[in-house]
Amino acid sequence: MIAEYGQLALTFAFCVSLALAVVPLYGSFKGNQTALDLGNPLAYALFFLTAFSFWALSYAFWSNDFSVVYVASNSNSLLPWYYRLTAVWGGHEGSMLMWLLVLAGWTAAVALFSRSLPLQFQGRILGVMGLIAVGFYAFVLFMSNPFMLSLPYYPVDGRDLNPLLQDFGMIIHPPMLYMGYVGFAVSFAFAIAALMGGKFDSTWARWARPWTLAAWMFLTLGIMLGSWWAYAELGWGGWWFWDPVENASFMPWLVGTALIHSLAVTEKRGTFKSWTVLLAIGAFSLSLLGAFLVRSGVLVSVHSFAADPDRGLYLLAFLLVVIGGSLLLYAIRMNSVRSQARYELFSREVLLWGNNIFLLTATLVVLLGTLFPLVHKELGLGSISIGEPFFNQLFYYLVIPFSLLLGLGPWVRWKQQQVQPLLKPMSLVAIATLILALGTMAATQSIQANLALLGLLLGAWVGSSAIFELLQRLQQFGSVKQGLTKLNASHFGMTLAHIGFAVLVVGVAMTKTYSVETQVRMKAGDQVELAGYQFKLVEVYDLKGPNYNGEAAELDVSYQGDYVTHLHAEKRFYKVQRSVMTEAAVHARLSRDLYVALGESLSEDSWALSLYVKPFVRWIWLGGLLMSLGGLIALCDKRYRRRVVEQKDATEQKGAADA
Amino acid sequence: MNPRRQKRLVAVTAFVLLLGGAIGAMLYALQQNIDLFYTPSQLIEGIGKDKVKPEVGQRLRIGGMVVKGSVRRAPESLKVSFDLVDTGPIVTVEYEGILPDLFREGQGIVAQGVLVDATTILASEVLAKHDEEYMPPEVAEAMKGIKHVPPSQLYKESDKGQQP
Repeated sequence: MIAEYGQLALTFAFCVSLALAVVPLYGSFKGNQTALDLGNPLAYALFFLTAFSFWALSYAFWSNDFSVVYVASNSNSLLPWYYRLTAVWGGHEGSMLMWLLVLAGWTAAVALFSRSLPLQFQGRILGVMGLIAVGFYAFVLFMSNPFMLSLPYYPVDGRDLNPLLQDFGMIIHPPMLYMGYVGFAVSFAFAIAALMGGKFDSTWARWARPWTLAAWMFLTLGIMLGSWWAYAELGWGGWWFWDPVENASFMPWLVGTALIHSLAVTEKRGTFKSWTVLLAIGAFSLSLLGAFLVRSGVLVSVHSFAADPDRGLYLLAFLLVVIGGSLLLYAIRMNSVRSQARYELFSREVLLWGNNIFLLTATLVVLLGTLFPLVHKELGLGSISIGEPFFNQLFYYLVIPFSLLLGLGPWVRWKQQQVQPLLKPMSLVAIATLILALGTMAATQSIQANLALLGLLLGAWVGSSAIFELLQRLQQFGSVKQGLTKLNASHFGMTLAHIGFAVLVVGVAMTKTYSVETQVRMKAGDQVELAGYQFKLVEVYDLKGPNYNGEAAELDVSYQGDYVTHLHAEKRFYKVQRSVMTEAAVHARLSRDLYVALGESLSEDSWALSLYVKPFVRWIWLGGLLMSLGGLIALCDKRYRRRVVEQKDATEQKGAADA
Repeated sequence: MNPRRQKRLVAVTAFVLLLGGAIGAMLYALQQNIDLFYTPSQLIEGIGKDKVKPEVGQRLRIGGMVVKGSVRRAPESLKVSFDLVDTGPIVTVEYEGILPDLFREGQGIVAQGVLVDATTILASEVLAKHDEEYMPPEVAEAMKGIKHVPPSQLYKESDKGQQP
């Protein structure tokens, strides 16, 4: 019964989204105050209706209501309650409902937190959010309804949640990712609203910045969690596969990162305006492209949902409307926008240009590698796949100049920078870089000219430059202590995010170079040595869980005779889905991971085991975490919450004149 | 040209050159890393109108159904070999390592590797999908329009036809 209410609430929400798409926009163009005032209540109504609908679906899962088709195909009465609840977003329909919830949540947040914006501008933002919402609510309601019932003949029990998704990482990975994807809809709405009014200035950038930062922060976190989940759950010790779906989330991230930097220029210097708008359109379009790739079944990947050509066609059409419409508006309006600010060749503006160019080239690489197989196949040239080396090779070439620029960027002034004053601090940074990189190398491995050394050098360059720059900036306030209270939060955020990038680069390079793995055949009592660690298989025994059976292996690990840890690896057979899952055993330390996966049983008493020693692999996720933390700190900057009273009147007058 | 325009020209030229270089490098790298997908029958009979067959030493992907009873393991190592089939011809895949969780006889898999002789592939990676009835889409396509035969029977038929 509850499911029907959920359906009803979703239908109402669709109607509200229609109203939201029309009323505030109408109000903003006609100068109708009543219509504009309706924007906020509509946004809240949209959120509460969607939240109720989401709760109803969750309740159906909680109470094992298998008359709902979606519940029956993604849950099972034997599933533990926490996985029953996360199964809500374990399939296509439910994850789309979560998408709606996130979209409605962002819309309500815009209504709540941008009350200080000019009402006309806020109305336009809400209107654009409403237009996007209409597209998605219609998609869910008419093409992927999670509340479809199979009455009167409903199954006694469900088909269970995909075992891969029965993991803690999976509980939080999709919500974070969607917060990021959909968050770029807000940046997009800000850009479109500004295009409608034709007014771009640093105030506009200051309004749009925190939203973009928030979306970027969630996306960073989501991608990082996804990588961690794949590492823990897929059982082959990898953390990034250049899988089409990973790429689909990585492209908006790259463009979003470029957008954050470009917005900084627009806010501080009032230039790069049209570029910023293009990036905002691009980031959201790539989010939509990702949704299309994942949900249309055109790509084969571990993530893809059940293929349905109609859904794919709808999303493709939606994507084209969004891109086409926004670019058309851009073409009409952007002519009138001029940037006045001048800057010299060696200035922060130019270096940020560099940042954007490298990030966009990286996006192009990922886009090419993801879509090329698709195009190749559609042209009838046969199925192909793009090997991982393609991405690795090109990212290798891109990261080097990118990191060098990143180390230099924060030191360079806006407008114009003389080379002379930078020589001293930069040589200090260079010396620190050499000491740090070679020191770490000597302490952990032997010094060799390889990828790891390159990664350490780049990481140390970016990291030490960020720290020195922060110290120098703090000292400008008199003393470091005084500076700590006076320097604005976004500077701390930036420094932390850059350090996060440095940590990530070091992690990737070290893991790529020094990971060792072996696949062995072992009997109980056998011992294998890998990178100095002795892995001893103690025993393998049968296992019984709530919705699975399986085997567990117990291993003791010692290093040069000293006991290190005990590892417990499992192989589970999920009864309902009839599939086998590896639960790897991981012993994590900052400097290395020990990773064991139990393979198949080869004979009565011998087993195949994969053993991995992965140095610095934690640094990859630590880096991602620091980056999103940096985003969070930058969000807390006071200036984003400053009221804009003076401008408000001015814009309203101008808006009235426009209309 | 005034200095401002000249500056712009330089900037635009540099940008275009960089972009061109980047795209060139990308396409080159792309070309180096394309792995064509074959089904067992395509591997043996060739692909497309021209019946292009892969050369020995070429990197490729192959997808098919694992022939029942064809999985052979080495007694003391993790070496394993098995046969793949789609609509007729049989191809052998050799692999050393742990097969994926979902590898089962009679099920569809995809292997990435190098062609070592006309009908043998040395795989560096074997992929299976999380679905009991999964068939690589390319294989499903190749089998489209063909009477559906359960892999068990397919094996018997091909057994008669192929093996001595």
